[in-house]
Amino acid sequence: MQIIFRNAEAGERIVMASEGDTLMHVALANDIIGIPGDCGGQCACGTCHVYVDPAWVERVGRVEPGSTEETMIFGAPVDARPNSRLACQVNLIAIHDGLIVEIPEGQ
Amino acid sequence: MQQIMEAADALDVSHPQIYRDDSWRPLFAQLRAEHPVYYCPRSRSGPYWSITRFADIVRVDTDPLSFSSSYLHGGVTIEDRVAASFMQMDPPVHTEKRKNVTAVVAPRSLAQMESLIRERAGRVLDALPRNEEFDWVQRVSIELTSMMLATLFAYPVEQRHKLVHWSDVLTADLDDPESPVRTEAERQAGLQDFYMTMMELWQQRQKEEQSYDIISLLAHDEGVRSASFDEICALFGLFLVGGNDTTRNSMSGGAWGFSEFPDEWRKLKANPGLAGNAAAEIIRYQTPVIYQRRTATCDVELGDQTIAAGDKVVMWYISGNRDESVFKDADRLQIDRPNARQHTAFGMGPHRCLGARLAEMQLRILWEEALIRDLDIEILGPPTYAFSNLVRSPLSLRARIKD
Repeated sequence: MQIIFRNAEAGERIVMASEGDTLMHVALANDIIGIPGDCGGQCACGTCHVYVDPAWVERVGRVEPGSTEETMIFGAPVDARPNSRLACQVNLIAIHDGLIVEIPEGQ
Repeated sequence: MQQIMEAADALDVSHPQIYRDDSWRPLFAQLRAEHPVYYCPRSRSGPYWSITRFADIVRVDTDPLSFSSSYLHGGVTIEDRVAASFMQMDPPVHTEKRKNVTAVVAPRSLAQMESLIRERAGRVLDALPRNEEFDWVQRVSIELTSMMLATLFAYPVEQRHKLVHWSDVLTADLDDPESPVRTEAERQAGLQDFYMTMMELWQQRQKEEQSYDIISLLAHDEGVRSASFDEICALFGLFLVGGNDTTRNSMSGGAWGFSEFPDEWRKLKANPGLAGNAAAEIIRYQTPVIYQRRTATCDVELGDQTIAAGDKVVMWYISGNRDESVFKDADRLQIDRPNARQHTAFGMGPHRCLGARLAEMQLRILWEEALIRDLDIEILGPPTYAFSNLVRSPLSLRARIKD
């Protein structure tokens, strides 16, 4: 499956991913700029924040209200939006083939 | 009296003397190996649990429901304190209040600060004496972080030494023979000047258009405007210490680290692109904030121990960063360490350091500017450290730059 990362500074990258991966691991494995993933995928640092392309929000799902993920998104210095997710909390499945996410500027 | 008569606990790592002497490593190695979740029955601050392995620290730090930061339980230091900024609150209130101030370190704010930081770092390095001994802590670490602090507060830069003094008063250990204050009452008295100065600025900024300094952000935020006097003061204190000690201590720790491991400096010289990872590794290596405390809100099983509701739980970040199961040769500075960014020094979870990116940027720029100037920095001996179990703060570091 393919994932598309968009970054205002570094442009667009199309990378291959496998079902069962997390979106963060895909980003790290491909050295995607702007996703340092400091805590290694434990929903503990908020540095894998992405904006899910509006056309994909339903398939990826929104952040659960009151969840740790929501807490981490709101507490991070990057702007939170209704389509914000932490990439480490997005488990990729077949229907995500072609997923487009935008990386917050300056992350 | 009881406490004085009983023998000291051999694995009490809360005693500031072990940080002053820099003798903490074997104690934590023993705790991680033999008692990773350890109940220390006696200390000058009473009983507490020591959490020393990386994974357990993450477990505690990411579970604010079971492990509270609330000032109602005594806050985040082993010694109970009543300060009530969002740092001493739990989600969801914590999250709401923290959100109000994130703009100060938002990416656009950092981008604006970068050239200023670079220019200042260059100026400070250029002004250092050549072929003559000087104190790196005073001339570089304190100088650069206090200028940054003045910028963050939009405080007159020529009076920045006052910010340093107030920060030192806030973090002082009252048992430190050299502490500027002897009692909690003296500490509070010493901080009155700081609070009043900031309150004055705060009122002034309310009348002006919003800008991106901390005081202005706080002055224009509805939530903060309706907060109590004490809460606003606690917020000023949080930003003061957050912006000061941590970066200062990592600037000193980096200089010492490069001196202990000169190959790492050569590595950086050969590949300046490593400066970003080097900044993260220096922060791991130094661990400027030694621990944070939580209070258990319910009985929790951790390791093979049961932590009881109400117990103090101390996450020793300094130990998590030396956990060999995560960081190979953890006592070594290694600027190309693949997982350097994964350190515990910023905390993990909702209370993670808000200024992490700013701290990294300041450190990266300092070493980039030193490289550009091809400085031959010689460190003339190990640093002396503060008598503190909270901040790992080099007090002096003798240095010389060879021409």
